[in-house]
Amino acid sequence: MSTQRIVFVGVGGQGNLLASNLLGQAALEAGQHVVVSEIHGMAQRGGVVESAVILGEATSPIVSNGEADVLVAFEPVEALRLLSKANQDSLVITNTRPLPPFTVAIGMAPYPEPGKSVAYLQKKVRKVVAFDGQGLAEKALNPLSLNMVMLGALFAAAKLPIPVKTMKKVIRSQTKKRFVESNLKAFDLGYQAAA
Amino acid sequence: MDVLLSPSGGKQHLLLGNEAIVRGALEAGVAFATCYPGTPSSEVPDTLYSLRKSYPDKVKYYFEYSTNEKVALECAAGAAAAGIKTLCTMKHVGMNVAADPLMTLAYVGTNAGMLILTADDPSLFSSQNEQDNRYYARLSGLPMLEPAGPAQAKEMVKYGFEISEQLKTPVLLRTTTRVNHTREAVTFAKLTPVKTKAKFVKAPMQYVTVPAVSRNLHLRLLRIQNQLREISEQSPYNAISGRGSWGVVTSGVCANYVQDAIADLGAKSKIKVLTLGMSWPLPEKKIARFLGSVKKVLVVEELEPILEEALRSIAQEYGIKTAIAGKMKGQVPAKSVDLEPPAFFSRAFEYNPRLVRQAMAKCFGLKAAVKTELDLGDMPAPPGRPPNLCAGCPHRATYYAVKQLLGDDAIYPSDIGCYTLGLLPPIKAADFLICMGSSVSSAGGFSRATDQKVVSFIGDSTFFHSGITGLVNAVHNNHNFTLVILDNGTTAMTGHQPHPGVNTQAIGDSTTHIPLEPLIRGLGVQHVATIKPFKVRSSMKAIEEAVAFQGVSVIISQELCPLFARRVAPRTRKPFQVVESKCKHHMDCINKVACPAMYVENGQAKINALQCIGCALCAQICPENAILPVRAEEVS
Repeated sequence: MSTQRIVFVGVGGQGNLLASNLLGQAALEAGQHVVVSEIHGMAQRGGVVESAVILGEATSPIVSNGEADVLVAFEPVEALRLLSKANQDSLVITNTRPLPPFTVAIGMAPYPEPGKSVAYLQKKVRKVVAFDGQGLAEKALNPLSLNMVMLGALFAAAKLPIPVKTMKKVIRSQTKKRFVESNLKAFDLGYQAAA
Repeated sequence: MDVLLSPSGGKQHLLLGNEAIVRGALEAGVAFATCYPGTPSSEVPDTLYSLRKSYPDKVKYYFEYSTNEKVALECAAGAAAAGIKTLCTMKHVGMNVAADPLMTLAYVGTNAGMLILTADDPSLFSSQNEQDNRYYARLSGLPMLEPAGPAQAKEMVKYGFEISEQLKTPVLLRTTTRVNHTREAVTFAKLTPVKTKAKFVKAPMQYVTVPAVSRNLHLRLLRIQNQLREISEQSPYNAISGRGSWGVVTSGVCANYVQDAIADLGAKSKIKVLTLGMSWPLPEKKIARFLGSVKKVLVVEELEPILEEALRSIAQEYGIKTAIAGKMKGQVPAKSVDLEPPAFFSRAFEYNPRLVRQAMAKCFGLKAAVKTELDLGDMPAPPGRPPNLCAGCPHRATYYAVKQLLGDDAIYPSDIGCYTLGLLPPIKAADFLICMGSSVSSAGGFSRATDQKVVSFIGDSTFFHSGITGLVNAVHNNHNFTLVILDNGTTAMTGHQPHPGVNTQAIGDSTTHIPLEPLIRGLGVQHVATIKPFKVRSSMKAIEEAVAFQGVSVIISQELCPLFARRVAPRTRKPFQVVESKCKHHMDCINKVACPAMYVENGQAKINALQCIGCALCAQICPENAILPVRAEEVS
């Protein structure tokens, strides 16, 4: 099978690393060769958090510029920041709800309007799936489930060699018990939004 | 139960590199482990700590967070000399701290298996430099293993313990961030019974390194190196794969980039690869045979051209004419890696698959099918998102008080921890930083060499790590500065590990708490004050007095890290809000503290109640008293 490179980007606290880890576990469970890589460090301090899931034959743990097949952004400005990972054939999935950094609050930089960011993405890559993922997380009654929403959207929009039921099984067994139902609901809402 | 403690083998699990190292140590029967945490090594000790805490009946090993890496290594050396299997972990710069014991521990050796992890950080994801610790193997004469990924890391830990037991010498395991922080499938083997106690057999002619003893011990080390060279020649980790008339020599994570590049370039019958998993001592004969069997060799290694230079020397010795390519000598990337990935093999920054593929294609005249990068020249610039002190972080309040008093004129030596983020505007209270503890010692230099006020900042864990000696020096030599210890009760930066100053009861550890103030008074500091930084006015008064004091003064700014407090002492402070009818838009709350819970909407400062933890710093600096707690009925 050919290699599929998926890059996740978000802001510290959005659950990006959990999403890539769960996807990696589902891949393993589905019998796929998988490598997951994470950049930790400043995650708790509101910085940018990046991770990657590489499915298929490749063994390298990182994705070079221009080589991501899918870019999953948990925040619209972060989709722009990591767009260099994509190429014109890439799929970009992005949450459109802004989470402005403090550089915007103190007037150091303007925050690009999300609609314009999405239009820019559409101009550059083959397919863009953009929606208010945070709104769906709230609809699932779990504001912290944006990561599950984005996973759901990924499964709907990309052709992954992992059955949805395997992914759900991993969510069920690996996330906190009191959040399992809302996490699954969030996954479904994300799936529907991108289907 | 945690899967890492599963006694049986056979199954595959997706493990982080650092978890795989722990599993390897457990499978090897590790009995004793010490560390000082530091990215990217931290999950090794953190996993050992949490396993021990959660499953005291299942876990047999002793574990401690030591006060620094030197202490960790010396403590481990004692256990290994006594005769139990020992692991000691640190990040790359930690090995500088531990270098003193390391160099002579290499002479005396061990009486049981001992593995030392050095976790390097090419591209400086979370470090002050990107030094190449492969040099430590050459400097100390100790063997070094370099895994390509988590699965190999687990195997190499066991292999390292075996070599160590066989030759009674410590073994270095060198990883890089991309090995520590990668997850892949790891196949488990059975756990080994743990020997937790030994009887130390005295042998002063081996263990007491007076010159007459050490002269012999140096010869011992050299003899061991000869044995290690033979082991390296036979090692399954120094292996040749593939076939062809061109060669690549590589090690560590780069082995993956090379394998992927060969597949991508369709060069499986053209390029063979020598991977040096045991990278010191080098298997010189194996390398010479490899060099002699190919027309051209490319060395793929991050950071220093260590293998490349070794290959040139071996080629010279064996009279081999094969062309050897590697780093672009003397060439420096025009931009930092956070602006642009490196375009050629230089001594700076980590490599990536695209770079390795292109360098191999160029070296061997192959065609690389590459995806065209997007032209993003017309992109609306994304606003910067540097990491920031958290909402409710007490460091922000301490910095605010000091900056209000001393502005930008004073010199602010800083140290290593979350508070280094005080470098950024609007706080701008970090002027000099080189290593752990440098805030204290460099302050003496600044205060002697200038007539400027000097106020240095250090965290509590960093102070215990290497601030104490500097403070003793400052008192003894009559320096003149104020040291602010930002005491948030934990090692926040690396993930809230305990340290000697932590409230051991609150976290349920049986270790002993060492309160800061009596310690500092005991060091001879004449002016010591403990402040509560969220009480802005009284804090400013105490800081003003300390700064006015002639000599060394210390302020202990005591307030728990809010992320840590959430776990150990949850509080019910109400979030605050800006009362818009009172607000006259001075914007002090926004411009002076840059709290991530605050934002501006249509010119109005606002507070995100979900992020605000009610520290009340902004409420105290608002000139209109327009920031008030959210009333209970408004919080839903």
